[in-house]
Amino acid sequence: MSTSNQLLLEAKEVTKYFGTITALENVNLKIHAGECLGVVGDNGAGKTTLMKVLSGLYKPSSGSLFFEGKKEILESPKDSQNLGLEMVYQDLALAGNLPIGENIFLGREPTRNLGLFKLLDFKKIKDLTDAHLGKLKINVKSADQKVEELSGGQRQAVAIARSTAFNAKVVIMDEPTAALAIKEVGKVLDLINSLKKTGVGVIVISHRMDDIFAVCDRVMALFQGTNFAESELSNTNRDEVIGWIMGKK
Amino acid sequence: MDNGKKIIMENKDQEKNSLYLKLIPYFDRYGILLLLLIMIVVMHFLQPDVFLSWRNVTNIFKQISWQSMLALGVFMVIVTAGIDLSVGSIMMLSLMILAIVAKAGAPWFIVVLTPLVAGFLCGLFNGMGITLLRMPHPFIMTLGTLYIFRGTGNLISGGTPISGFTDEVRYLGHGRIDLTWLGLEKSQYLPVSLVLIAIVYFIFWIFMNHTRTGKWIYAIGGNPNAARASGVNVNKILVIVYSLCGFLSGIGALILAGRADSGYPNAGLQSELDAIAACIIGGASFFGGRGTVLGVFAGVMIMGILRNGLNLMDVSSFWQQVLIGSIIVLAVYVDVLRRDLGTRK
Repeated sequence: MSTSNQLLLEAKEVTKYFGTITALENVNLKIHAGECLGVVGDNGAGKTTLMKVLSGLYKPSSGSLFFEGKKEILESPKDSQNLGLEMVYQDLALAGNLPIGENIFLGREPTRNLGLFKLLDFKKIKDLTDAHLGKLKINVKSADQKVEELSGGQRQAVAIARSTAFNAKVVIMDEPTAALAIKEVGKVLDLINSLKKTGVGVIVISHRMDDIFAVCDRVMALFQGTNFAESELSNTNRDEVIGWIMGKK
Repeated sequence: MDNGKKIIMENKDQEKNSLYLKLIPYFDRYGILLLLLIMIVVMHFLQPDVFLSWRNVTNIFKQISWQSMLALGVFMVIVTAGIDLSVGSIMMLSLMILAIVAKAGAPWFIVVLTPLVAGFLCGLFNGMGITLLRMPHPFIMTLGTLYIFRGTGNLISGGTPISGFTDEVRYLGHGRIDLTWLGLEKSQYLPVSLVLIAIVYFIFWIFMNHTRTGKWIYAIGGNPNAARASGVNVNKILVIVYSLCGFLSGIGALILAGRADSGYPNAGLQSELDAIAACIIGGASFFGGRGTVLGVFAGVMIMGILRNGLNLMDVSSFWQQVLIGSIIVLAVYVDVLRRDLGTRK
């Protein structure tokens, strides 16, 4: 994928301190439409912190975020969602006691007016869920099934479906295949590829070189909270990327 | 050949499994009502003349009237995976404030509003403490306010009962809806408290199942991180839940004022435990996210019928304690089994 596509999200010189610990130092990141960026790094390299800054869960200590060229200050995940930036968390962030449809629309449930009151529109939730799952070719028995009854791969699919249900422009995935059985990994990677085709910018954080080399166009490595290396995928190889993770160039 | 056999067997297994899975939600939802029905039938069989008489049935509803309000409040808190130990004390404090305001000669509509406002503010205090002071668990905050509210109630009243309210103030707890126009006898009246229970439970059923806030309460109980990541303001919802719980305790105080015609220091003593028990029997899970308004109602009814029935049969109240305790343990064990069946691990 060429980088001539529209620039969606840019982080400039992002720094984040937790007390005396420096989690991120002057980190830069760019993501274009229809592109998949792989972010790699050892444990504690700052990958998850960076993603939480991008999604508005953490406020950066300094540095700024630009969305479609415009500077944005994110106060909460709600702000990033409103911009079309969605996050798929490693722990999936699904409520197991709720059905698939209600998880997908959690926090943004469609309602209908009944006099003065706004009541949930369950039919709309079900119809929109069925249509959206169908579009992504995700197979589940029914949108009314509770998430805790699903397999790990199905849960991941629901989490990805939720992130894309509201015309997301950028989707950030934290270790999307970490908890999955091998046969389920392929399905999730297919899902990422189909997102790219619809023009979504995807950021994948992963330890797994197989995933990075299957779906990403570009890879960047963080090391001890700083930008360490970055390359088009076609100009690098596994051994080099693994070296970056260890801090060797 | 062998392969074909295996596949057929697997299919059969799956069919059996899926039928099983299909039945679980119904058992989940209506199993507790079945238990309630069985109890009613058994009690009717044991006390055929008395148990289902108009007088006794209305009596049961009068007896559970204020407990049902506390249980509903505690239920919402338990759905968020929290706990409110202070509901009995909130009710007592609200009742004492009502009594003092009534004795001071305030007009009845002011008197009626005081326990509702007082209860709401007590709940707000709990909610603020849990969220703003970041108490490690609601148990601690509400254990503290269990003492604080009851102590305050005793301080303002001097620890002595204050009795004698006007009929308007007593209406919700003591009022009767005459049904003679239906051709029934004078003694066959409808207690106002029964109608009140029905209305309040219906409103909260709508609230919990058909509004966004209600859905978010369940989501917080299921996975607070998921709710937060979805943009739900978890702390705000928690404050609302504890405030509503206090408000319902205030309604309980108003009902009790009508029933007892008195504000007394021991009002609602240990009733928080009854409220928790009713929720647990009714299928609410302590892990949060599970339980229904209908289930809580069934839980309250089961405890009410058990007490009433055992009283009718002259069983000592010590046995009542043993039985209620046993039912709690049994109900939670059923919950454990249900979780094993329904959840993939």
